Amino acid sequence: MRKSTIISATLAGFISAPVVASANELVLYCSVQEEWCRLMAESFQRETGINVLMTRRSSGETFAQLKAEEGQPRGDVWWGGTGDPHLQAAEEGLTAEYQSPMLAELQDWAVSQAEASGFRTVGIYAGALGYGFNTDLVADPAPGCWADLLDERFRDDIQVANPNSSGTAYTLLATLVQIMGEDEAFEFLGQLDENISQYTQSGAAPIRNAATGETAIGIVFMHDAVAQAVQGAPITAVAPCEGTGYEIGSMSLVKDGPNPDNARAFYDWALSPAAQALGAEANSFQVPSNRNAPVPPESPSLDQITLIDYDFATFGSSDTRQRLLSRWDDEIGARR
Amino acid sequence: MTTDALRATRAARERLVWLAGLALGVLVLPWHNSVPSGASPFIPSALGLAADGRGWLWPLVLVLPLLVWTGMRDAAGRVFLTLAVGGFVLLVAQGFAVGLRGPSIDWMAGVFPASMQGQTGFGWGGFVSGAALLGLIAHALALRGFCRGDRFAGSAIVFIVALLGLFVFFPILKLALAAFVGPDGELAFAPFLARLFAPEIWRLDCLTGGRRCGVVINSLVLGLLAATICTTLGLALALIVSRTSFRFKQTLRALSILPIITPPFVVGVAIIVLFGRTGLITVWGAELFDIRPTRWVYGLTGILMAQVLAFTPITFLVLLGTVEAVNPTLEEASQTLGAGPVKTFFKITWPLLRPGIAAAFLLAFIESLADFGNPIVLGGGYEVLSTRIFFAVVGARYDLGNAATLAMILLSLTLIAFWLQQRWLGKKSYVTVTGKSDAGLASTLPFGLRGVAWAAVIPFVLFTLGVYAVVLIGGFVHDIGRWDLTPTFAHLRTAFAFEIGAEGLEFYGSAWNSMQTTLLVSAIAAPLTTLVGIMTAWLVARQDFAGKNAFEFGTMLSFAIPGTVVGVSYVAAFNVPPVDITGTAAILVICFVFRNMPVGMRAGLAAFAQIDRSMEEASQTMGAGGAATLRRVVLPLVKPAVFTALVYSFVTAMTAVSAVIFLVSARHNMATAYIMGRVEAGEYALAITYSTVLMIVMIVCIVLIQLLVGARKLGRRREFQGQTTPAE
Repeated sequence: MRKSTIISATLAGFISAPVVASANELVLYCSVQEEWCRLMAESFQRETGINVLMTRRSSGETFAQLKAEEGQPRGDVWWGGTGDPHLQAAEEGLTAEYQSPMLAELQDWAVSQAEASGFRTVGIYAGALGYGFNTDLVADPAPGCWADLLDERFRDDIQVANPNSSGTAYTLLATLVQIMGEDEAFEFLGQLDENISQYTQSGAAPIRNAATGETAIGIVFMHDAVAQAVQGAPITAVAPCEGTGYEIGSMSLVKDGPNPDNARAFYDWALSPAAQALGAEANSFQVPSNRNAPVPPESPSLDQITLIDYDFATFGSSDTRQRLLSRWDDEIGARR
Repeated sequence: MTTDALRATRAARERLVWLAGLALGVLVLPWHNSVPSGASPFIPSALGLAADGRGWLWPLVLVLPLLVWTGMRDAAGRVFLTLAVGGFVLLVAQGFAVGLRGPSIDWMAGVFPASMQGQTGFGWGGFVSGAALLGLIAHALALRGFCRGDRFAGSAIVFIVALLGLFVFFPILKLALAAFVGPDGELAFAPFLARLFAPEIWRLDCLTGGRRCGVVINSLVLGLLAATICTTLGLALALIVSRTSFRFKQTLRALSILPIITPPFVVGVAIIVLFGRTGLITVWGAELFDIRPTRWVYGLTGILMAQVLAFTPITFLVLLGTVEAVNPTLEEASQTLGAGPVKTFFKITWPLLRPGIAAAFLLAFIESLADFGNPIVLGGGYEVLSTRIFFAVVGARYDLGNAATLAMILLSLTLIAFWLQQRWLGKKSYVTVTGKSDAGLASTLPFGLRGVAWAAVIPFVLFTLGVYAVVLIGGFVHDIGRWDLTPTFAHLRTAFAFEIGAEGLEFYGSAWNSMQTTLLVSAIAAPLTTLVGIMTAWLVARQDFAGKNAFEFGTMLSFAIPGTVVGVSYVAAFNVPPVDITGTAAILVICFVFRNMPVGMRAGLAAFAQIDRSMEEASQTMGAGGAATLRRVVLPLVKPAVFTALVYSFVTAMTAVSAVIFLVSARHNMATAYIMGRVEAGEYALAITYSTVLMIVMIVCIVLIQLLVGARKLGRRREFQGQTTPAE
């Protein structure tokens, strides 16, 4: 009796609830817009009764988290975000192999993403890189090319994410390298740096800032720019004239995650036409990977954009990614 | 003689409880938090695992029968104590000797091949055994005369020291080590030096026309500017409240609480809405002077504005105490001797205020260094230590060594400032001239000075009102970021939607998850923090034991460590076995308990200073032990301290961000971490809505705590006052 207080206090202090998942849960790492993440989690929960624990983080951050949790993973599914970090996770064995029965219904680019990774990841949507500008802040002539971004009138008025954390910004880096060649691309980025006011953490933050007028131009995926315009912001989306890269938004199963059955259930569901149609509801206008899913009318049509032949295998590999990122850190990031 | 016999029986019974706990922990409960790979024991306890080839657990298992045997013969002897201490050392040593992926000492692999498979972190078995061994150590110490033989006080000290060691000192040590780990995982001095003297930490380019300064320079510039402005404003406010005929003193005091219950980030968001490039004030100003609106607020300016708003109330409260403590008779004497009000102020009042000003300055400086929420929202490209540490751990540029080095720099800066502040506070006695009559009227502020004070305070008050107006309406209009003021409850619905369906109440709002965790963690952490804090205060104030000064210093240290440093150190220490608790709710609770416990302790110490020891001595003379005295006599007398500690720890747990941001997980997300994500994604309205709800919840909870803790005590007091008032 006399020690009951301190004993209970001590025990409570010592509590280390073992990490055991209760039966009906799914830990979802989500790397698209929060709004879409929420809708996916909620819809899956409604349909299956499985309680979804969702965290939204940029794809680069999620990759870092998977790496930190290697050995005792705490997530089940990593849904969304650009394909490169998904491919890198597959290469490093952080994600599990799974061939969904839904593969037959997918577009070719989604299946080739799966094949390139040995079926450790799969394409769920596609979207072209570009930028959006605020029409209230940008006077004529309107910019239309990558080169226009170096114009002096945009001094301190452009935002893009940090390629270390954001897949969007890494896609920009890889795209420029493929269009211009590596040294020229870094020279371009060095000049562009004069016009950059801030490298944000999340890939889509620049366009939200352009929509509220905090910056004039945000370099983002075009569907993110379109989403702002649809919601009434004075934003015009631009497909750069030199050609541009694109992303294959991907999904992977975390290796040895705590709820493998629920993870596969989510995986199959997320590839279904009904689940892929949810994107447009959440103001996300990517092109879905299921052939039977409706393409939102607002989506920037991939046929009318000059797309480069993006080399996912090379630029998704660990070696290239690390080399480009550390060069970016040395030549661009170090100036800040 | 019968009391002696009774005491012996009690001691024997207590020893039995601890030994039974140890038996349970070693023989029955699962030793690890999950069965290690390659092990297939009959029972997953230490005994089962040892029999399964994990021989390094045998010595620990064998300590149990030895302790039972010596305990029956001579529990007060040296052997029993040595065995208990030895058992505890073995427990800790085996935890560190074999890690998750194999032994950390080479010869282990040769002696115990099974160690190559590694072992997971402590489970219930490990923790219960550890607690039981600590109990036995305390028991043996008390029997040998420690704490004048008071077993309760003895165990309290042993347990608090062990907990402080595990949750304050071990993480800091681990962090310091991490600063010396090279890229290939080896311990070396070179990488530490390289990190410590990296140009991005110390360079002074911004002074010589370059682009940006080092991150330490940025932090120091920000801290000094924030501290100067906050102290000036705090002093102006304090002088106006206490030295003029200002009417709304009580309102001002009540309003100064507001920033304390304001969740982080929301002030930053409100500043962007007002002063951002498309902000109301910026656009208005740009039109007035016909210039192009700029991003002037991002960077040092913006962070400063937010910090001034947040920390001025703190300096105000400190300085108000100082100003009111100045004995008016001195000023009266000065004026009687013919000095004018201006001369009196500068010759008498000002010198007496100086120590208080220094204390307030250092306090604001420390708060500014530790601040994380404002720099991350308003910093733009202006990086400070706390944000750089965050991105080194949470971002894709994961580099724990670099984060650890930066954290050690931040810790050193804070400790220096804290030490200086403690020195200033130590001299406080010379400010408060007491003992003699305080009769006499405080002289009013000289006219010119009053003007200066008002000129400083009016913009500050307008600014504060503007910011809170945005917070108030921002959650309930369509899009405050674009000044679309159509009223709506859409954001509230997004965050807190629920439905009553076939399976009962279903929560669909995106904020429920984090809200539930936050409330649960705060509700568990607050009473524990109070308990540990008051208990520590009681030990320091009422017990004499060896190493008391070191004990007191240790408890205060945990308060001086900035939240960001605590967060990183917990990641470094508790992400791997033996104590592998990241990703649990427990780590959040533990983090709050040991960060806020010194506040409970300070409140407790102040309360104990007012209570005469004789009451406790009477209780003990009547035969009550330490525990009974504490529960029946001391606790009812220190209720105000209990209230302070409960409210402080609860509010801090609800609003803290710098430490928890590293410790949240998908399963256990906290409100502040969730709000930060919304701010990053530009969903300002949702962030503001959630913050408003949090503030309302906090106010309701504070009222509830007051009803729970204060009711009986205050009731009695009122009667007492009721009886004495007519006599006046």
